Amino acid sequence: MDLHLDAITLVYPDGDSTLTAVEDLDLSIPSGTTTALLGPSGSGKSSLLAVAGGLTRPTAGTVRIGQDVVFHPATTVAAATRARLGRIGIVFQSPQLLGSLTALEQLELHAHLRGDRPAGLRARALDLLAEVGMSDHAHKRPAQLSGGQRQRVAIARALIGAPQVLLVDEPTSALDHARGTQVIDLITRLARELDAATLVVSHDSSTLDSVDRTVRMLDGRLEEASRSAVGT
Amino acid sequence: MFVALRDLRHARGRFALMLVVIALIAFLVAFLSSLTAGLARESTSAVTDLPVDHLAFAMPEADDDPDFTASTVTSAQRDAWSAAAGVEGAELLGVATTRAQSAATTAAVTAFGVEPRSTLVPADTPAPITGTATVSRGAADGLSVAVGDTVSLGGHDLQIGTVLDVDASYAHTPVVWVALADWQTIGGRTPASDEGQTATVVAVTGDVDDDTLHRTDAGAGTTTLGVGEARAAISSFSSENGSLVTMQAFLIGISALVVGAFYTVWTISRFGDIAVLKALGASTRYLLRDAIGQAFLVLVIGVGLGTGVAAAGATFLAGAVPVVVTATTTLLPGAALVALGLVGAVLAVARITTIDPHAALAAR
Ligand SMILES: Nc1ncnc2c1ncn2[C@@H]1O[C@H](COP(=O)(O)OP(=O)(O)O)[C@@H](O)[C@H]1O
Ligand SMILES: [Mg+2]
Repeated sequence: MDLHLDAITLVYPDGDSTLTAVEDLDLSIPSGTTTALLGPSGSGKSSLLAVAGGLTRPTAGTVRIGQDVVFHPATTVAAATRARLGRIGIVFQSPQLLGSLTALEQLELHAHLRGDRPAGLRARALDLLAEVGMSDHAHKRPAQLSGGQRQRVAIARALIGAPQVLLVDEPTSALDHARGTQVIDLITRLARELDAATLVVSHDSSTLDSVDRTVRMLDGRLEEASRSAVGT
Repeated sequence: MFVALRDLRHARGRFALMLVVIALIAFLVAFLSSLTAGLARESTSAVTDLPVDHLAFAMPEADDDPDFTASTVTSAQRDAWSAAAGVEGAELLGVATTRAQSAATTAAVTAFGVEPRSTLVPADTPAPITGTATVSRGAADGLSVAVGDTVSLGGHDLQIGTVLDVDASYAHTPVVWVALADWQTIGGRTPASDEGQTATVVAVTGDVDDDTLHRTDAGAGTTTLGVGEARAAISSFSSENGSLVTMQAFLIGISALVVGAFYTVWTISRFGDIAVLKALGASTRYLLRDAIGQAFLVLVIGVGLGTGVAAAGATFLAGAVPVVVTATTTLLPGAALVALGLVGAVLAVARITTIDPHAALAAR
């Protein structure tokens, strides 16, 4: 299902005044495609991603998946949590793996959070680890993995629940150019295979050859050129 | 407890430390509580094991709290109790702690003076006749005497008629049963000519209702306690029991604080992980259950270990130290430790509810 961000505004309290991080922004991402979101630091990319993932409520506007409005200014924390668990996968800027879990367990966690353990869960998790090239490291904990390997496990973890939406924040910031490109290629390929509407935030356009679209953000808005490019 | 169990294993050093602290406190609490029960028994068993329902005291001032040392009753008061509705038996009992001297040694004992047809001597033993003493096993051992030997109680010579294999003690001294007439000599309470007999309390048997109790007390000038409550009238018991119980309460409180402090630090160190878990879709309820389940597990294991070792040790030492190991001295304080520890943990992990999943997006 497609992801639609409709007229999103996000205002943070900032001392006595306020700071508008995202302003009246529209963006749609068709399922199975990857859109890269570029822009300078502080332009509001992570804030937009936080709204898309229900990590924070928009001040105005709605987030839809297909026809379903999943997040709006009055969404409850519990409802947002449920929507994330069921429909959205997130890859954070740093891999944010849990230190006490092996790579395989990072993936199995999802089923435990859902409260069910479908048959074949382990097989699916191992398949996905194979997809990201981590088969040989399934039983290692994060401390035994390199930064790039952790990022791959984090991508697999975001996808284990077969989410309709995949949100990725600066996955390449800690990687060199070659590895960064590999990771973006991997995300684009998996998004297509798993039919997830994918948004990748990045500040490095040189790794983005494989994405379907690129939009630029500045001061909380999409730039003119990219807006028309997306407006299909 | 998918994450909590793995955290336990992963941070086993920290949790082991915590476990040891909890186990040590549980050990102390269980041992102390066994000791409290043992000392209480040493202090009161001869009174609490009396085969009667009530003890009537007569204090010098009517509103004094009942107390064995100060109470003196007369045969007139016994007769008033005998006549009360529901009373099946009322007899005089003298209680006096004194010095006992045998050929071999000297020891403190408590003389229980009983009437000629008394039913108060344990194991259905007939009352000792004047000039003889029935001694408990503890008194016989302490004085190194046997049947036929002579023992001097407060300067009054008595022949030992019977040695009873019972554990009867009063204010940490073994009990010797003597005839009431002998007791009056020993205790220095020879009655005045118009008093009839005197003793310390009237021991009352029978199902007496509260109303009759009050009326008879008022009429006879006595203050009556249930035989179980009467241990409060043994002054050594009240003070030592009070301080031991206070120590246990403090230890249980300290344990709750320690658990609370540990989980406060632990939860703060998990802020990042909890934000990530929430961002991945973990409900607050799941996270709380996980954390509290883990605290419960740690508490049960720690308290189980400490209490188990204390119970085993106390049982092993039972001959040398006055300890009583029962469910009340082990399971009850153990349950209190777990319950209060959980309260500490719950208050500490409650901050999970306020952690913002948005924080997961921050690099760390
Ligand atoms: N939680 C927050 N509270 C207040 N201000 C924030 C918060 N997160 C981001 N901001 C501010 O919002 C603006 C956009 O930040 P962000 O979305 O992180 O940009 P980017 O990811 O493009 O670097 C910045 O000015 C930043 O300081
Ligand atoms: Mg950012």
